[in-house]
Order: sequence, then C-alpha cells, then structure tokens
Amino acid sequence: MTDLSAFLKELISLPGLSGHEGSIREVIARTWQPLVDDLSTSRLGSLHGLRRGSGLDPRPRILLSAHMDAIGLMVTQVKDGFLRFTQIGGVDPRILPGQQVTVHGRQDLPGVVVQPPERLLPPGNGDKTVEMEHLFIDTGLVPADVARLVRTGDLVSFAQPPVELAGETLAGHSLDNRASVAAVTACLDELAKTRHAWDVWAVATSQEEVTLGGAFTSPFDIRPDLAVAIDVTFAKGPGANDHRTYPLGKGPTLGWGPNVHPALYKAFKELADQLDIPNSMEPMPLMSGTDAMGLQVVAEGIPTMVIGVPLRYMHTPVELVAMKDITRVGHLLAEFIARLEPDFVEKIRWDE
Amino acid sequence: MSVKTKTPQAPVLDADSINLLERLSNAVAVSGDEGEVRAIVLEQVKPMADEVKVDALGNVLVTRKAKADGAPRVMLAAHMDEIGFMLVDEEEGGLYRFATVGGIDVRQLVGKPVWVGKQHTPGIIGARPIHLTTREERGRSIPLDQLRIDLGPGGKAKVGDRAAFATSFRQIGPSLVGKALDDRLGMATLIELLKHAPENVDLHLAFTVQEEVGLRGARVAGYTFNPDVAIAVDSTPAADLPMWDGSENGKYNCRLGAGPAVYVADGATLSDPRLIRLLAQTGDELGIPYQFRQPGGGGTDAGAIHKTRAGVPSISVSVPGRYAHSAVLISRMEDWQNTVNLLYHSLTRLNRDLLAQPR
Amino acid sequence: MKALIQKLVESIGPSGYESTVRDLIKSEIGSSANNFEVDALGNLIVRIGEKSAEGLRVMLAAHMDEIGVIATHIDDNGFIRFTTVGGVSPRTCYGGRVVFVNGARGVIGGDRPDSPTAMHTIEQLFIDVGATSRENCPVKVGDFAAFDRPFLDLGDRLVAKSMDDRIAVAVLVETIRQLKGKQIPHELVFVFSTQEEVGLRGATTAAFGVDPDLGLSVDVTGVGDTPKSATMEVSLGKGPTVKVRDGRMLADPRIVRWMADTAEKAGLPYQMEVLEAGSTDAAAIQLARAGVPAGCMSIPCRYIHSPSEMVDYNDVQNGVRLLVELLSKPIELK
Repeated sequence: MTDLSAFLKELISLPGLSGHEGSIREVIARTWQPLVDDLSTSRLGSLHGLRRGSGLDPRPRILLSAHMDAIGLMVTQVKDGFLRFTQIGGVDPRILPGQQVTVHGRQDLPGVVVQPPERLLPPGNGDKTVEMEHLFIDTGLVPADVARLVRTGDLVSFAQPPVELAGETLAGHSLDNRASVAAVTACLDELAKTRHAWDVWAVATSQEEVTLGGAFTSPFDIRPDLAVAIDVTFAKGPGANDHRTYPLGKGPTLGWGPNVHPALYKAFKELADQLDIPNSMEPMPLMSGTDAMGLQVVAEGIPTMVIGVPLRYMHTPVELVAMKDITRVGHLLAEFIARLEPDFVEKIRWDE
Repeated sequence: MSVKTKTPQAPVLDADSINLLERLSNAVAVSGDEGEVRAIVLEQVKPMADEVKVDALGNVLVTRKAKADGAPRVMLAAHMDEIGFMLVDEEEGGLYRFATVGGIDVRQLVGKPVWVGKQHTPGIIGARPIHLTTREERGRSIPLDQLRIDLGPGGKAKVGDRAAFATSFRQIGPSLVGKALDDRLGMATLIELLKHAPENVDLHLAFTVQEEVGLRGARVAGYTFNPDVAIAVDSTPAADLPMWDGSENGKYNCRLGAGPAVYVADGATLSDPRLIRLLAQTGDELGIPYQFRQPGGGGTDAGAIHKTRAGVPSISVSVPGRYAHSAVLISRMEDWQNTVNLLYHSLTRLNRDLLAQPR
Repeated sequence: MKALIQKLVESIGPSGYESTVRDLIKSEIGSSANNFEVDALGNLIVRIGEKSAEGLRVMLAAHMDEIGVIATHIDDNGFIRFTTVGGVSPRTCYGGRVVFVNGARGVIGGDRPDSPTAMHTIEQLFIDVGATSRENCPVKVGDFAAFDRPFLDLGDRLVAKSMDDRIAVAVLVETIRQLKGKQIPHELVFVFSTQEEVGLRGATTAAFGVDPDLGLSVDVTGVGDTPKSATMEVSLGKGPTVKVRDGRMLADPRIVRWMADTAEKAGLPYQMEVLEAGSTDAAAIQLARAGVPAGCMSIPCRYIHSPSEMVDYNDVQNGVRLLVELLSKPIELK
C-alpha cells in the first residue's frame, strides 16, 4: 500500500518540467511497478502502466490520464553573472520576485528570482508588475563560475519544499498535476485488491502544460474505449470565490460540457452519490483545459470524462490541496473500474 | 466541351425539403449537445444509406456506395451544432448565469427570448430599463457576466442545461429566415444529395458535432472515413450591406443571390486548386451561378479534415447567409438550390483523373 | 551553393501554391536520389538510404512555402485589396513589390494613413499592377502572390526574401548531394513541406504518412545581435543552432544532447537556441501518431518575414556539415 502523502511530497520535490519529465517519471515508475503488469515509456516521455483485467480477450480498455509535467522557467541569457529567463507553461510574473529556485545547469544550483530596483527599469513602470523579461535570477556565484556552469536553454524549477498545513492539507509547487498522479496511484492501490474485467492503462502524460503532447499521442497506440482525465481545478480561496470555484476538501468536481461524454458524467455522478463521495458538477461550456482536449479527438474519437481535484493558488509555488480529495478521487476511480462490465461502451452509445 | 451523355438532373428542392429545413432550424443542438438534431438526421438517412454509425463523439457517419468498384471516396461534412449558451450558475428567483458556446458577439444577446433545455422552456435575457441608465453607460455594451437568463420566479432549469435563441423558422418571399441556418442548410443539402446520390462516387457523409468549438467532430470523422477527397458544406456570412459612409463595400465576404460561395482560402484551409477548378468549371459549363468567397478569416470542418492522416484534398462550399451567429439568419432559396446543383453536378464529374496531377 | 540558394529564394511559392519550388528542388536534386513522391497536400518526399539493424527512419523537414498575400477585392479602377498568407506585417508592405502565381507583378500602395506618422493597416493597403479597371486587371479575387526582391550577395552575408525557409531547403538539397555515395545506416526521408507558414499543415500530414522514429526540422531563427534587439542569445556567424525550445515546442532533450555532442566532437560551431515566439515543422512532427522524438537545427537570420532576410553563409555551410555528421553515423539517443 503506497504511503500517498510521502509519495506526493517526493513528487513535488522534483523538477520534471514540461518536456523534461525524466526525474519524476522514474519515481512514478518505481511506485507503480508493484501495482501494474507492464510499464513502458512513450516516445514523448509519457509513462504507461498497464494492469490487465480478468475478462476474456479481447478486453476493453480504460485510460486514466494525469499529467506529470510542471511549469517552470528556462534560461535565455547569461549576462554578467545574472540569468535572464522565460517561462515554460503559464507563469504569472507577479509570483516571481523573491522566489527561491533551482537552476539545472551543469550542476544544480540554488538561486533566487530578483526584481531590479526601479531606477534600473524602464521609466514610468512605477509599482506596476515587472515583466518577466526584466527580472533576473541571482545564484550568488561570481560571473566566471556562472558562465562555466549555466548556459542558454538550462531549466529552472521552483525550490519551494512541501509544507503540511492544518486540516490535512499540503502546499507546494506542481501539485498541478502531481496531486492527480497521486490520485491515480491511490486507484491502482485499490485495484490491486479488486477484480476488474477491463484493462486499465494508467498514463502519466508529458507536456500537458505546453502542447498537450502526451494526451494527443498516448492514446494512438493504446486505443482505449474510454478515457478519464484527472486534473486540478479551482478551489475557493482569496481572490477566487465565484461560481467557477469549488470548496476545498469537499470532494472532486465532475466535468460537464462538449469535452465530456454525458453518459460518463452520469455514471460517475451516480456512483459518487452512491458511495457518499461529496462532489460538484463543473460546467465546462467550451473546452476543459485538461488532457481530455487531446484524448477525446485521437484517431476515431474516444468517450472522455474529466475529474477535478480542487486546488488553491494554481500555478504558484504554494498550491494547496486537501489529501482527502485525492483519496476520494482514487476511490471513485477504483470503484468505477471494478464495476465496469465488458459491454459498458455499447450501453453509452449516443441515441441511435 | 462535348457532352457524351445527357446531363443528369440535379435534385429540385420542394416543400418537403423546406419542411425538413424548418424542423432542423427549430431544433436546438448547442455544441456538445446535438441529440435533438441527430435524431432527425438518423430518421432521414437510415432509409437511404448502406451504413449508418454514430461514433464516440456523436457524429453521424453515413455511407452510400457507388454503383461501380474502385470509385473515388468522397466525404461531405456539415455540422449539426449551433452557437448557443450553457447555464453555469443558479441564482434566486429563476435567474441563471450563463456562458456562450461558440463565437457570439455579446451585443446580440440583450433583450432576446431563448429556449432552455430539452423541453425548450422559454426564458428571456433582459437588460436594465433605459430610464435607469446614463447616456455614458449606454455607449458601452453590457458585459456577459451582468446578463442573466430569466425563467420567471420559480422557474426551474439545471446548471449545465443548454439554451438557444428562440427563433422560429419562416419563409419570407425568396428568403429563408431562422436560427442556426449555419449549418442546418449544409445538413439539409447533404440529405438531398443522399436522396439523389450520384452513382459514380462512394459518398461518405459526416454530420459532425462540435464544429463551433474547434472542428472537433470533423477531426475524428475525417480519420475514420479516410476519404480521397472532402468537401465541407457550411454557411458563410454575407456582409453585403451598405458601408457606413456610402463608399463601395469591398469587404462583403460573399453576396446573397450570387450563388454558392466557393472557398479559395479561409483561416483554416487553403483549398485544393484541383477542386477549385472542378467546381468552377462545372459552374461555368452548366451555367450554375456561383461566387468566390473573399479569402481570409473563418474556418469550416475542412480545416480539420484536410489535415487528418496523410492529408486529404479538400474544399468548402457555403450557402451565403446574413447575420451569422445571431438570433436570425437570412439566406436565399435560390442560393440553396444552386448550392445543391453545383455540388451534385461536380460530384457526377469527379473521377480519379482529378487527383492524377499533384497539387 | 550560392547559385542554388539564389534560384530557390527567387522562385515564387506562397503557401498552398508551392509547385514551382517543388519542381526546382526535384531538378536540383537530380540523380542524387531516385525515390521521389508527392503527397495529397503537395509535400515532396525524397527517400535515401536503407534502415540497418540499429538504424532509424529519420524525417528531415524544410518548408517550401513562403509568406505572401491573396487578392480579396478588385475595385472599379483595377486596384487590388488583399489579405495575408502567414505572418505578414504591414510594416514590410508599403512600397514593396509582389509577384502573383499567374505572373502579374505589382507595387503595394496605400490609402492616406490616419495621421502622417501612423502605420498602414493591411486593410488600408492595396496592390497596383498598372490596370485601370476591374475588367483589364490580370488578377482576380483569390489569386496568390509572394513578395518580389532579388537575391543580394554581400560576401559572408546573403540577403533575400524567403530565406525563411528556402535557405533550409538549400541546406537539405546540399546535404542530399553530399550524402550521395556514402554508407548511411538510416532510412532518411527528406520532406520539402507545404503550408508551414499557415500552421505547419504539410508537416502534420507528411509526418503521419512517413511515420518516422525521429524528426528534425531545419528552419530559420531570430537573432539578438542587432541594435536594441530583444534578448536572444543567437548571433549571425556563430554557427547553426540546436533548438531547445520555441513558441510551440520543447525539443526532445535527448536530441538536443545528440546534436550538441556531435557538433562538439566534429569541431563544428553551434549555438543553443531558445526562441520565445514562432515555431517550425518539428512541432507538428512531434505529435504525429503515438509521438515522435523531435528537434530542430536553425540557421540564424536577421529581419525575418521582411523582404530582406539576412543569413551568414558560414552558418549555412556549417549547417550542412553538421547534418552530414548527424545523419551518416549511428544515432544513440540518451
């Protein structure tokens, strides 16, 4: 049985930026190894874990997708010992000044993002946000050493270590979307003790934050009959309180909209209510902003579902999640899979 | 050009065709929720098709084989979905916050009746009384987050329900007037062509979903059919109104009454020149009126289809319509008939020689 | 190689209408290859070599199309209004010259601007081909044109329109010539792609059809070595680049290492490239089918998407050398 909290804390202490997920893939692979029959890596670096079902061949397949990549920064220029940088994925420049980071050069170097004094910035900036192109990273080393150890293209990740807060919550960077990787792991833990007819493909996708690359490519060879994307969603908190936000610690959200097959929404909703798992509908009038956008339109099309783990302060180094919500999602997925009958796909055909 | 065989007769649109269009236009099918329209399509195509399938996203995929073997495989696509709304939050007293689905100018929403949910429950999108506004305020459009759908006190709907403009179809003189003629006209055209299927091509018809939110149905339908050639049949805006200063309107996109609009280039596709030639030559030789849509902007299902697998030579042909993506569209009966004529005759002339020369 | 470059940059091939360029490429490659194919979107596909036991199918891509314009309206007096094909800025238009695919030539003029110092918008520009009425205008709605500017040889520096991406086409053609006769352990598939400038469309379908083990695009990239330029650590004359990332793609880090290590071992100059906007065919190749490890080698270029793009001839030749090194030896990605 995986110690979910320890596993998640390990995940969010690693970089694993989009396109460079190697370090985190290794940790997930090690943890999934005893829980799956086969492990493999896609050509784009996604991790595929297959648990075979007990049904007769050919068995239908369900794919669970949780992206493992994280946002971060990349060095664009080494200048006089300071580093200029750009973003990998969506980074709000306002969270950067004073942020502790790790520069992945020829060796890992601690650094801090610095906001230059106003007199060194374009005139008239006042107290407006300082754009990323004017910020620097200072490693504290002399220019000669920086030039030797760091070059254009090197990655920079957030150095914020995990922090346990009250109410069984956890804060840190890249809980988007490692919280969901933990949820899928919790599901695999339960499935290890349950019979299930269907094959289960647990996929930790790469590059969601920049290209949805993993989501567009992993299903191509796997060709699942159903796909579920698990991602974080907006929890209520300071500055985020309207109808698009959901209470922290009160269960997952279930997506509804063109990116979700309505019969899958209904099936998950009924099951969650039956299991007394608190849940909210998350209307998604357009696209979901998750791997489901890619999964749904691969090859001949795949019925998709989106499950959300509420999270505060998304895309900051102090994202906050409730451990209870993660275990609820894992449990919901495992129960759904255990009850899947071989003819489920026939039953959810659109009106014909 | 010498015609060795008698030119076949293109389908003539009649009262039945208009009744079908009326049913389609009055049905509600907002992107992701196309069921009401899909039911009508299935009822229409089943008697005439060799194969009918509904895929994972809800596309209706219809095949009607040619009389001979080795015929070119032609895919025609028309989208079932329309722009509309989704209820996203419930407030007191029958009021609902809503989001738009597909590109709708927020200024088109104010003071309109809508139909909500599968029952077409009536609702309204109101606005502050003019008496309570200032002149300065009236110069700015009302932002979406201040608008609500009002079902009346005690009125009930569910968050997640879709809604559409409450416009009933009518024929007024030469014009067809209704909501969602983009793309119910395209769909009705496909059904006519299925009824009078040309015998020389394998017809693969895709009634697609989610065109308005990213050409998503077309992408998977194109992959499934893997055709030799594809034609998207849509509706394109006719901006042929007078200019504000009376100067020449050079930005009309296409014109009502000038026939089907053949695309050379839009925002999503550079039409295959071999198909442009086929359609233009057919129109010229048979005297079918047609026009070239002004290049640039917009997109149709062809945008997704032409990039599927190893590529599909593609083009789009649209029935011109004024006031796209609003509550009321206006198209002309004769443009619709000429669209059917141009497509029908072009299909009968389509053979493998067309693709013998590279693009 | 300069003669080849001149022929390529001076030919006319806006997105969607690349056949003239395609014919030129075929004739330039001549007997250096004998496996030519043109696919549904007009991509030219040239295959060389056979995959050995540890070899790979490698797809190379350089795009044949250039940015241009399309006629949208001919007014009563024969002036032509237009819209753009690919990233064309009105800044580079006024006073420029265009050539239509049908041969008609003209000048870009404009309405009186909103103020003496304002820049025209595309809607405020028009093309003048010397016609005096719609009837005697040789251009109709829907006709495509490219910009017209002759090649300029400044010695080390070369200037022309469509260096993006004809310089890369030249690099690939020259690479094919130099690989002729060599023992190659890989199946090399050179794709001269179409419609890159309007969204990487040719490469998307070509990659599906070719189904490669590895993809490498060759394109141009911006530089930071002109006065008061945006931050960019790439300069003319310091070598072809190994792309780490651009606006739509993160290069596979194994490919980045392979390219950089190969350049170092061969003593060839190279630069690490981080481009914040823009992209190349590699972004499309990367997402084909079940995914393809992809990367890109760029030729540094000043004034991209203007009619006077400038590259360094040494960078171009070093680009060829680097490709020959990469493709003629076993590939180990780690």
